[in-house]
This record gives sequence, structure tokens and C-alpha cells, in this order.
Amino acid sequence: MRPQLLANAELIDPASGRRERGAVLIRDGAIADIAWGTASPAAPEGAETVDCAGHWLLPGLIDMRAFIGEPGAEHRETLRTASRAAAAGGVTTLLCMPNTNPPIDDPAIVDFVKRRARDTAIVNVHPAAALTKGIAGEEMTEIGLLSEAGALAFSDGVKSVRNARVMRRALTYARDFDALVMHHTEDADLVGDGVMNEGELSSRLGLMGIPREAETIVLERDLRLVRMTGGRYHAALITQPQSIELIERAKAEGLPVTCGASINHLVLNENDIGDYRSFFKLSPPLRHEDDRLALAEALDAGIIDVVVSDHNPQDVETKRLPFAEAADGAIGLETLLAGGLRLVNGGSVRLERLLHALTVRPAELLGLPAGRLTAGAPADLIIVDPDVAYILDRASLWSRCKNTPFEAARLEGRVLATYVAGQLVYQYASA
Amino acid sequence: MSAPQPLPAFPHRHLLGIEGLSRLDMQLLLDMADEAVEVSRQVEKKKTTLRGRTQVNLFFEPSTRTQSSFEIAGKRLGADVMNMSVGSSSVKKGETLIDTAITLNAMRPDIIIVRHHQAGAVKLLAQKVECSVVNAGDGAHEHPTQALLDALTIRRRRGRIEGLVVAICGDILHSRVARSNIILLQALGARVRCIGPSTLLPAGIAGLGVEVFTSMREGLAGADIIMMLRLQRERMNGSFVPSVKEYFRFFGLDEEKLSYAKPDALVMHPGPMNRGVEIASDVADGAQSLIREQVEMGVAVRMAVLEALARHLPNS
Repeated sequence: MRPQLLANAELIDPASGRRERGAVLIRDGAIADIAWGTASPAAPEGAETVDCAGHWLLPGLIDMRAFIGEPGAEHRETLRTASRAAAAGGVTTLLCMPNTNPPIDDPAIVDFVKRRARDTAIVNVHPAAALTKGIAGEEMTEIGLLSEAGALAFSDGVKSVRNARVMRRALTYARDFDALVMHHTEDADLVGDGVMNEGELSSRLGLMGIPREAETIVLERDLRLVRMTGGRYHAALITQPQSIELIERAKAEGLPVTCGASINHLVLNENDIGDYRSFFKLSPPLRHEDDRLALAEALDAGIIDVVVSDHNPQDVETKRLPFAEAADGAIGLETLLAGGLRLVNGGSVRLERLLHALTVRPAELLGLPAGRLTAGAPADLIIVDPDVAYILDRASLWSRCKNTPFEAARLEGRVLATYVAGQLVYQYASA
Repeated sequence: MSAPQPLPAFPHRHLLGIEGLSRLDMQLLLDMADEAVEVSRQVEKKKTTLRGRTQVNLFFEPSTRTQSSFEIAGKRLGADVMNMSVGSSSVKKGETLIDTAITLNAMRPDIIIVRHHQAGAVKLLAQKVECSVVNAGDGAHEHPTQALLDALTIRRRRGRIEGLVVAICGDILHSRVARSNIILLQALGARVRCIGPSTLLPAGIAGLGVEVFTSMREGLAGADIIMMLRLQRERMNGSFVPSVKEYFRFFGLDEEKLSYAKPDALVMHPGPMNRGVEIASDVADGAQSLIREQVEMGVAVRMAVLEALARHLPNS
């Protein structure tokens, strides 16, 4: 393939925080050179020049939490459709959760997902393997073999490990392989019949509430186990100040602890449920506006390491139901960046913080060389027009399911082009 | 009986909850219900407001009194009433709520009365049909006709609602009756208290503007009206309260607890009652009890609601 020069861009490197006019030279799927400060350097012989028209050029996003229906629920999403949605959203690498059917709890299934992704997906897809066999929360999986097969993290996805002994052993064993344990911290017993955040609104709507303590009790237990075992631990989704405080304290203590927050919890709150709108039924639930504000603040302060889409395609059969009976989850790959930019434009999160949490930080946690604008890094790049404003029409989304919580929302910022290993895999075409 | 008058304006196509009704809407329905009481007390009870109309009672949860109350109300107004309950319908065969709604809608009913075990389900169904929908209870959310009949009963007995102290007692957490009554009675000027064990009080209940008590003695002091709520059997033994015996001891309305309230306090219960659980038999059947009157008012209120919605039916 001919080398390409992406010229006349505003370069942003979330790893160094550097932001300047410049150009990037791509050769053999990697970033060959970067011309900081020179918008249009002379292209090497034989190179193709792409004019970025002054738009942002930055590393593609890395999404550490996406649910894909392959294998087992291909009618909701396949690796192919998810990767198209990802490309359109500027996500060049995604970590798919093991809650498939069968679950990704065996090296053969890791292998299957990787092969299917290689053959059908247009972005990088890495599997997270189950932490426990069958996602049953009882016996740990083959963490060593699964790592060798290519699993980048271990998680029971939407499920929380109820048994503290199992969690202790898994963390202890995972440490020997330096494996990352990602956990959905939610006490299933305390959640009970709960379907939304517990508070005045749940009382008004007559819906059973989920207390914040359902999240913090498990998180607090896990942090004690981390202190005991030294295992590398990532709280997948935190939603409120009590959890932020726990994470902050654990980090200050030097524990190998990180955490994520979903774009939904950063941008939306429980009031969006309105008249029982099931697209806003999530796990953990959307919280109060005060919680959301605290979360945005924690992201800006760097306490929250990564921002994820928590992409979870659900179709009509699982969503067009009375609220309490509807499935949890919202799609998010295509709105991840625009959602994040809402925080930046609203002044609550600095751009460099947001991008750090969407690129280089997840790359570090997963041990990937991507997410940086440096020579030698993979040429996973996106061109973004941050100023274009539009109203989201869910019919325009690439995901096979359309359960977006941003339907008809005013968004700013659009991905114009997405490159994966130097290949143009997506280009925005105005309708 | 006054001469037939043009129906006054009720600006809603559905009755999905008390929330969203204005004070005027509430008063209008109560006034219309007062007239319906007179109709129901005549030998000739039949009106023609809904002649030629089809009313479907769609009950996803078993109910005897509410369903028959709506049935009688519809028939007194001349509607053809069909009862569809879950046991005999395709819902048991796995059909979704939406599909049921679409199927029913194709049969061109004019009014559907719906009860469902999930909050918000009636609203969801209303979005998928072209006819008027009345919420006959959705999960722990609302039961508007129950609140209206309670208000009517109080207003007829006391002549007013404004300024009365109403104590709602028992399982507030799971009660749609409590939610609808809190909104309605407060809008009409009553002071509402909620009394129950903390396990049966929703987390944000004080945010609805009520006073919250966990002791019957304190909560009933000075009360004009005592509304007892039904405690579901599955919540009696250990999950929310330790036992029936303990619940009755602390929250069951007996003569002693009744004496904490005003001497002329009136006792209400939406039914069906668990005698000896939330209410003692002598209180339920005593002179201060309005429980039987509530049932009569139920028919009148439902007639009023159906009549109020009738003016929004196509071609009327």
C-alpha cells in the first residue's frame, strides 16, 4: 500500500497532551512520522496526500466495554455490524464482553471471536473472557490459557461475582498472569426487584429502586480483596460519589485499581426515564443529576480512568415492554465521542481529559500500543469535525439495534473518517 | 335528577393517572360522579351515553371488584362490555403487551380499561391504540379511579376535602392506591400522612409532600380519615415484615389504634381486606367504617370517568 500523508490537520495526542497543526505520515499500517507544527510538509515520493481541512486528527477511540451478540444473538448485533457502528463512531478498538451464548469462557471461543473479527470486522476487536466458568460466579476460568489465546481482560460482564471467596481466588490467581480483572460491582440481592435509581423519582413512578449501596458494598469488598491479593482490578462502571471516594482512596494507597464510567452515566440522569422510557433502563441504573455532576468532575480530575460506551444492543422484543420487564442496556458506540464532547462543550471536562480516557488510558490498561500519536504506533486514526451540530436520527445508525438514549438529541462533533492500521474503514457521507 | 346537560369539558382522551389532572378536572369528575350516584340509586339505572360503544376490560391481574365495578358502570351507560382476563387470553401463550394492544385495537373498541402488574404498562399500551384508555391499576404506580372514589366518599360524607387530615397506613411501597390518593387528596387541599414500617415506605416518599410516620399512635393523632392498605400475602412473612402477628400488633387498625384519631374519624379500605392483618373485623364493620360506601362510589366514579371520556370518542 502507498504511504499516506494526512496533512493540514489539528493534531491531538492524548498521551502527551500536545495539540498543534501538523500532519501524520502513515506507512505499512503504522504511524511512520509526525510533522508537528507543519501543516503541509512535503510528501515523500509515491505518497498519497489527504487534506484534513484543518479538522482534528487523533488516535481512534478504545472502548473497553461493548456487548456484541456473536455468538448466540446475531439478530441483535454481529462483530461485523458492531465494527461498522464502531468505525462510524471513531472507535478503532473495542473490547467485547463475554456475555454471549455460549459465553466466552473457553480458549476455543476466544479463538472463534478473534477469527470472526479478523474476517468480518473492520475495527480491532479483542475479547474479554469470562472470569468464571459459564459466568456462573463459582469457578474461575482458565485465565492463563485464555490470556494466551488473546483475551485482554477477565470479567463476568453484566454479572457481579457474588461469592467473595471466588473473587479472592480469581484475583490471586490472575495476579500471576498480570491479568486485568474487570468487575461490574452490583450486589444482586440488594438490587432485588429494583429497576431504577432509588429515590423520589422511583417513588413517584412506582418503580422499585436500586440503592447506591448496591454498588459500593461490592466495590468496597473488592478493594479489600485487592489489598489482600494484589490482583490488578478495574471497576467497570461507577456511577456516584461514594464509589469515586472509594476509588480515590484506593489509588492514594497505591493499590492496582482503576475504574471506568459509561458515557450514559456521564451525560444522562434518571429524569431521562420520563414516562417509563425503556431505552434509559440501564445496569447500573442512571442516577441523580448530582451523581452525574460528581462523575464528570471525577473524570476531569483523572479519578475515572476510562470512559466506555457500554454498548448493549437490545431489540424491540427486549425493549418494547413495560419498563420493569425491559432488558437493560443502550447502544453507544456511535455516540460515544459526541456524548463526551457534550461534557467538554458544557465546560465540565477538559478535552484532553476526555480523550485521555477514551484512548491512551484504556490502551495502557489493556496493554495495547494504540491510542497514541507517536511514530511506530498503529495507524488507528480518526478525523473529527468538532463543531458540526446535528440532531441524531436513530435510523441513521449502523448498529443493528436502534436502542439509543440519544434519539433526537442535539449533538456536536462528528467523525469524518476512521483509519484502522492505515486503512480507511469509514468516511462520513452527508445524506 | 337534573335535566340532561351538555357534557362539560374534560380535556383528556385517556385517564392514565391522577398526575396530570388539574384541580378543575378532579372536581369535574367528582361532580359528575355525584350525579351518577343518583342514577345508580334509581330503579331505571340505564343511560345512553355509551350506546353502541364497545368497552373492553383488559385485566392482566386478577380483580373481582374493580373489574365488576367497571363492567356495571359501562353497562349503566349503555356500552357493550367485554371482559378479557389473563387466564383466558393469549397473553398466557407469550403474546407481548404491545401485540395484545394492536390486536385489540384492530377490533375497534371505544374504551379499554386496563390493569397490569407493571408500572407504566397502561401508558405504554395507550400509545399503541386509537381508543380511550383508563388505567385500572398499573403496578405500584397509579390507580386513579380508586383515588377518585375515595375522594368522592370523603367529600359526600364530610362535605369537603380541604383541610382534612388523611392518614394512609400500611404497605405504601407497593401501593398504587396510596400514590394516586397522595396526589389527588393533596391537590384538593387535604393534609396527607403516610404511616407504615420503614421497610414498606418508599425511599423518596417525603418528596411527595406527605408527612411520614412509623408509629400509628403519632401518625393517627388528629386524623379525620384513616385509609388502610392491603398487605399482600407474599410480603407478610419475613420479607418486609416479620410476621402477620407482629404487623397486626403495630400497624393493624383495631379499636385502640382507632381511638388515637379524632373521635369522628372515618375508616376506609380499598379492598379486598385481610381481616386480622391490617384491620380488625370490629373496626371494618363498625360505625366509623366507610368501606361499603366506597364500593358504591366506585361504580359512580367509573361512570363519571367513562362519561367524561365519551366526548373524545370518534363521531361523538
